[in-house]
Amino acid sequence: MSTIPLDYFLIVAALLFGIGVAGVLIRRNALVIFMSIELMLNAVNLTFITFSERWQALDGQLFVFFIMTVAAAEVAVGLAIIISVFRLRGTVHVDEINLLKG
Amino acid sequence: MIPVLFFLFAGLAIAGAVLMVTHKNPVYSAVFLILTFFALAGLYFLLGAQFLSIVQVIVYAGAIMVLFLFVIMLLNLADEVQLPLGQRRSIALGVLMAVVLAVQLLVFVAAGHALFGRLTGQYGVFGGVESLGKGLFSTYLYPFEIASVLLLTGIVGAIILGSRKLPKEQ
Repeated sequence: MSTIPLDYFLIVAALLFGIGVAGVLIRRNALVIFMSIELMLNAVNLTFITFSERWQALDGQLFVFFIMTVAAAEVAVGLAIIISVFRLRGTVHVDEINLLKG
Repeated sequence: MIPVLFFLFAGLAIAGAVLMVTHKNPVYSAVFLILTFFALAGLYFLLGAQFLSIVQVIVYAGAIMVLFLFVIMLLNLADEVQLPLGQRRSIALGVLMAVVLAVQLLVFVAAGHALFGRLTGQYGVFGGVESLGKGLFSTYLYPFEIASVLLLTGIVGAIILGSRKLPKEQ
């Protein structure tokens, strides 16, 4: 059975992280920015699992488990914040959300 | 078989991510992100992390993305579905910075490759429920408990933020 080197998984993770950063930088919709952050978290998860496989150590996978927990809580609170902002300002366009700008 | 599956899942993940970032309609972005999460679950499975692969589908592709779609629906973005992508110059700058970062990460991978050679895995069954459970309830018992408190905090925070009456802006 031919196998593929684990470096390829790391390359995929790096590309996904870069795409996530691009999404945060070029999009102006708060929801899509939030989704890009989720994408970056997943890229990191892929790196963790790859190295967990490499060293045959479960700690990486347990860290992914905790990252997923934190991500779930983060999404719940973050979406609640976005809903609050939408109620207050009537938009989720980040250029118009400048309450803290002074 | 594994190389075919790897390139299939990796291609799907990257294509879904690119479409998620570039599509103007947030609903389509969410759907493409679900595609990416499914493909990532496949990659986890290839790496032997069966339990996390299933959890990825249930938690990310299931719960989190349903939450996103519900919020998109609740916010009634119909009148601003066609958000402008921003200024052309800031887009170019953002893409440039993202490319620089991705190249840096790839250089790290290449440096690791040069130092340690090909990283090979064993591609066996590795992350089953039993072994993960043993880890969670022995070495990582305290983080596990703290994670449960964190989830409780998340629930309380979401309810408070979501139900509070905000003052009308003048």
